[in-house]
Amino acid sequence: MNWLTNFIRPKIQSIVEQKDVPDNLWQKCPGCEGMLFHRDLSENMNVCYHCGHHMKITVQERMELLFDDGKYKELPMPKAPHDPLKFKDRKKYADRIKETRQKTGREDAIMIAEGTIGGSPAIIAGMDFTFMGGSMGAAVGEAIVVAAEQAVAKQAALIVIPTSGGARMQEGMVSLMQMPRTIIAAEMVKNEGLPYIVLLTDPTTGGVSASFAMVGDIHIAEPGTTIGFAGKRVIQETIREELPEGFQTAEYLLEHGMVDMVVERKELHETLARILDLLFNRDGSARALNDNGSKTSAKGKAAKGKGSKGPRAAAMEVPVIEKTAANTDAPAEEPIRTAGTKG
Amino acid sequence: MSNLEFEKPVLELEAKIAELRNVTGDDSMNIADEITRMQGKADRLLQQTYSKLTAQQKVQVARHQDRPHFLDYIDGLIEDFTPLAGDRNFGEDDALPAGLGRFKGRSCVILGQEKGNDTESRIKRNFGMARPEGYRKAQRLMKMAEQFQIPVITLVDTAGAYPGVGAEERGQAEAIAKSIETCLRVKTPIVSVVIGEGGSGGAIAIATADKVYMLEHSIYSVISPEGCASILWRSAEHANDAAAALKLTAQDLYQLKLIDGIIAEPVGGAHRKKEETIASVGMQIENALDDLSNISSDKLVQQRHQKFLKMGREAA
Ligand SMILES: [Zn+2]
Repeated sequence: MNWLTNFIRPKIQSIVEQKDVPDNLWQKCPGCEGMLFHRDLSENMNVCYHCGHHMKITVQERMELLFDDGKYKELPMPKAPHDPLKFKDRKKYADRIKETRQKTGREDAIMIAEGTIGGSPAIIAGMDFTFMGGSMGAAVGEAIVVAAEQAVAKQAALIVIPTSGGARMQEGMVSLMQMPRTIIAAEMVKNEGLPYIVLLTDPTTGGVSASFAMVGDIHIAEPGTTIGFAGKRVIQETIREELPEGFQTAEYLLEHGMVDMVVERKELHETLARILDLLFNRDGSARALNDNGSKTSAKGKAAKGKGSKGPRAAAMEVPVIEKTAANTDAPAEEPIRTAGTKG
Repeated sequence: MSNLEFEKPVLELEAKIAELRNVTGDDSMNIADEITRMQGKADRLLQQTYSKLTAQQKVQVARHQDRPHFLDYIDGLIEDFTPLAGDRNFGEDDALPAGLGRFKGRSCVILGQEKGNDTESRIKRNFGMARPEGYRKAQRLMKMAEQFQIPVITLVDTAGAYPGVGAEERGQAEAIAKSIETCLRVKTPIVSVVIGEGGSGGAIAIATADKVYMLEHSIYSVISPEGCASILWRSAEHANDAAAALKLTAQDLYQLKLIDGIIAEPVGGAHRKKEETIASVGMQIENALDDLSNISSDKLVQQRHQKFLKMGREAA
C-alpha cells in the first residue's frame, strides 16, 4: 500500500506493513479515477502517476521523506492530560482514545523527530491524520511546545506539518487553549532567530489552521491540499450557494497570498534543504550543496560549539567540508531519500 | 422570542402581578398585600431558577437578545469613545467595533464583537461574526495601544468567526492566528471579558489576555453545543448533552483554571438589569488594570505566555 514498504527499516516496517490481498493491489485515484498499481504508487510516494494527485502518507513516511537519508531520531511524546473534561458522548472519550492508541500505535495525533535536512539541523513536528482526524488537544499542543523548546535547545529549525480537522472537541476549551500555546511555541523559535516553517498537508482546517499553521516564516503546501478555517459544509449552509472552483485548495491560497509556494511531494526535501541553507548559512561560507540538495557539511555543523548563540554564529564556526566522492552521492546508504527525491 | 422557556413560571407570576397593579378599588389594601406576597414568591423562584441553570440554559441566557451588548458597555463605561475603522488593507468590519476611549480616567483601546439589537443592526453587525478585516483591525489597534502604552480592553460576544467565501478568500485562519499572536506580543495590559457568547477561534482571537473574565451566565466553547451534538451524537437534538459535556460555563472553566475569574450577574441574568451588569464588569476591569499597571512590560508579556503555557501541561 505505501511506498516505504519496499525500503524501510524493520522497526517501521512492522508498524506499517499490510498484508497484500489481491483486492487492494490496485486502487482508484480520487483525482482522475485512473487505476493505480500499489507498488508503482508506493514508489511514487503515493502521488498518482497519471494526474499528480497527492494522496495521504503516514507521518513516519513524511519523516523518512524529509530528513536526510531518511534518518531521524524520534523524540518521546511529552506528558499531557488525557481527558481533562472527563468527556463522554455516546462513548467515553477515555475509551475512544485508548482504542485509537491501540489501533495506531501512537500516543496522540503527532510525532516529533530530530535530524538534518540538507545538513541543517531540524526538528519536525508532524501530525497524524489517522489519529482522530489529526485533531488538536493538549497532547498535540504540548508536543508542539516541546518541539519548539528542542529547536531552541539544539539551535535547529522547527518544521511543523499540520494535517488536521481542527480542535479536539472532546477536550473542550483545553483544546481551544492550544491555539495560543502553539503560537507561543512558534514565538520561542522566532525569538531565537531560528526558522519556523509550516508544511501544510491535506487537510489543514479549523483551530490548527487558525493557530500555529498560519504564523510561519514560510508556508509551503502540497498540491491540492485543503486549507481553510471553516469547513466547506458550514460555509455552504451559511451562504447557501455554490462554492467557487478550487475553493480552499493550496493553489487557491497561493493565489490569495496565504502560502509562499505549492511544492510537489518529490520536491519537498530539496526545497526545505535549500530554504534552511539560505536561512542558516547566511554568509554562504558553508555552502556545499550537492545535486540532491543535501549539504555535505552536516557533521561539521552538528559539531558546533555549545556556547554559540545562534545560526549566524553557528554557520561561521562550521568547518567547510569539501564535496568528495565519499560524502556526496552515496545511494547505497540512502535508499529512502533517493527514492524520495528522485521518485 | 426573547422569552426563555425555563423562565416561564416566573414570567407568568410577574404578569399576574402586573395585572393586579392595574386593579383599583375598595380592596386595594388586600391587593397590595397580595402583590407583596407574589413578588416575594417570584423573586424566590427567579433566584432558585438561576442558581441551578443547566449548561444548555446558560447557553440560552448567554445568547439572550436583551443581554447588554458591546455598545451598551461602551455607553456605560467609556467616555469620549472614538471609533476607529478599517484594517488599512481591505475594509471595515462592523461586527467588531473598536476604538479609543477613556475608561475610569485612563485612555485605552477597546474592541469587541457587537451582535446588534434589531434586524437592521444585526445585519449591519453580521450578527457579531467578524471577518478577517475585523481581526486585522484588532491587530492594528492592539499595536497602537502598545505604541502609546495604553491598555487594551476586549469584550467577547460572538457565535464565532464568519464562515463565508470572502472571509476564507481573505484568510480568516491567518487573521485569527495573527490576532492571537498580537495579543501575545503586545507590551501593554490586555483584559478580556466574555460578556455573552465566546465562540471558539473567533473569540480567542481577541481573548488571549493577561486576565480573562466571564460573566456568570456567559459561555465559552471550542464549538457550539449544536455543532458538537451533530458531529458526536449525529443529531443537533443532543445539544443539551453536548453543552454539559463541553464544560463551557464560567463555573466549569474557572474550575479548569482556564479563566481568571467570574463576574456575578444580577439575579435573573444580565438581561434583567443591564446597568448593574455593566457596572460590575467595569469594576472588575478596573481592578485588573490597577493590578496589571504595576508590572513591567517585559514581565507582563512573560507572565502572559507562562499563563497560557500551563493550560494543558500535566498536573495543571
Ligand atoms: Zn490521478
